[in-house]
Amino acid sequence: MTLKDVKEILEADVLVGNDQMGKPVKTAFAADLMSDVLAFAKPDSLLLTGLTNPQVVRTADILDITAIIMVRGKKPSEETVKLAEELKIPILSTRYILFETSGRLHARGITGCIEKVGGEM
Amino acid sequence: MQLDEVIRTLGLAVSCAGSSLGREVKGGYVGDLLSDVMANSKEGDLWITRQVHQNIVAVASLKDLAGIVLIQGSEPAPDTAAKANAEGIPILVTDLPAFEIVGRIYKLIHP
Amino acid sequence: MGEALNFERSFDVEGGSFQNAGTVSGQIKAILKDLGVSTDIVRRVAIICYESEINIVSYAKRGTITLAVTDEAVKIETKDEGPGIPDIELAMKEGYSTASAAVREMGFGAGMGLANMKKYSDHLIITSELGVGTCVKMMVMNFQKILHPDLPPITL
Ligand SMILES: Nc1ncnc2c1ncn2[C@@H]1O[C@H](COP(=O)(O)OP(=O)(O)OP(=O)(O)O)[C@@H](O)[C@H]1O
Ligand SMILES: [Mg+2]
Repeated sequence: MTLKDVKEILEADVLVGNDQMGKPVKTAFAADLMSDVLAFAKPDSLLLTGLTNPQVVRTADILDITAIIMVRGKKPSEETVKLAEELKIPILSTRYILFETSGRLHARGITGCIEKVGGEM
Repeated sequence: MQLDEVIRTLGLAVSCAGSSLGREVKGGYVGDLLSDVMANSKEGDLWITRQVHQNIVAVASLKDLAGIVLIQGSEPAPDTAAKANAEGIPILVTDLPAFEIVGRIYKLIHP
Repeated sequence: MGEALNFERSFDVEGGSFQNAGTVSGQIKAILKDLGVSTDIVRRVAIICYESEINIVSYAKRGTITLAVTDEAVKIETKDEGPGIPDIELAMKEGYSTASAAVREMGFGAGMGLANMKKYSDHLIITSELGVGTCVKMMVMNFQKILHPDLPPITL
């Protein structure tokens, strides 16, 4: 699956990174707590979140996240968009809630980017 | 689908209020910010979160949610557990991360 | 064969300013990549740096983050001027947080930052003086190099 498929499944708007829609995705991580993302998300995953502030982009950059999916139709500030453009991190915005967003992507074969907590890092 | 059937099918562990599992699960809500869950969750939702402090019980109770699922092996804080038992708000736990458990719950309630 | 690696630099972090929170960690991540440090170590250092930076921004007036890189390890040392931590053991507990509502709205304040810093570093020492400030020293070891000392050093 590519980001373009994700965009279609979620009927999402691409706010940043239209030129990166060919990127492949296999895994995702859903959270609103950035420390939770920092503790568990793996590189090259999608980050699904209800947050829209610039720290989400920073967190995604630190972790080499493939793209940020902002849920509930919330639009990021100009500042967030600017930072994402600068750091080349795609942002998609979907009107679905996080539950629906996760459910739809999971049903299409995306898996959680960690199986279980503990064990390997 | 009834909460106890969700629990059985997905192998969730029951941590609190094991006597209140007959509720109908009408939908789901994922969120770690209490203000968001307060504003946007719906009656009968099963709430998936990483938050463990006692305010989650107040939110679930006020919004009349079907129950709370704690993810990634987190356990309710002691005062959270006491409050959940007192108010009959089921707290369930799973080792899985939110995305994975939500995918499975979604599939059960939207077959 | 190149020179053994020995790099050090300090960065200022302004307290209370979420505008720039994370820029230092981004810079440190870029430096480590340039130095040719392995991706796993870059990632771990970036995470502990970012958690440290956010803590300084969230709780202190100002601080510095010092990066030191050798072939054997990457060290991160943070020093801040701020309230200090009254009970370090309690602060280390997952879920304990005194973060303000504003910090929580940004997705921080889950009380997991210090635990993450411990999880992703090989050594972590916190010292703190009330009303003065907090100092956190962390080290991420390059075990590859320690176990195989004959490997050529990373060149600048
Ligand atoms: N540099 C600091 N100065 C003063 N207090 C601090 C400092 N760093 C941490 N603390 C205290 O320790 C608590 C725990 O810190 P920790 O980083 O683990 O969690 P958090 O910042 O509250 O939330 P999270 O990091 O998950 O976003 C903080 O809430 C704060 O009370
Ligand atoms: Mg913190």
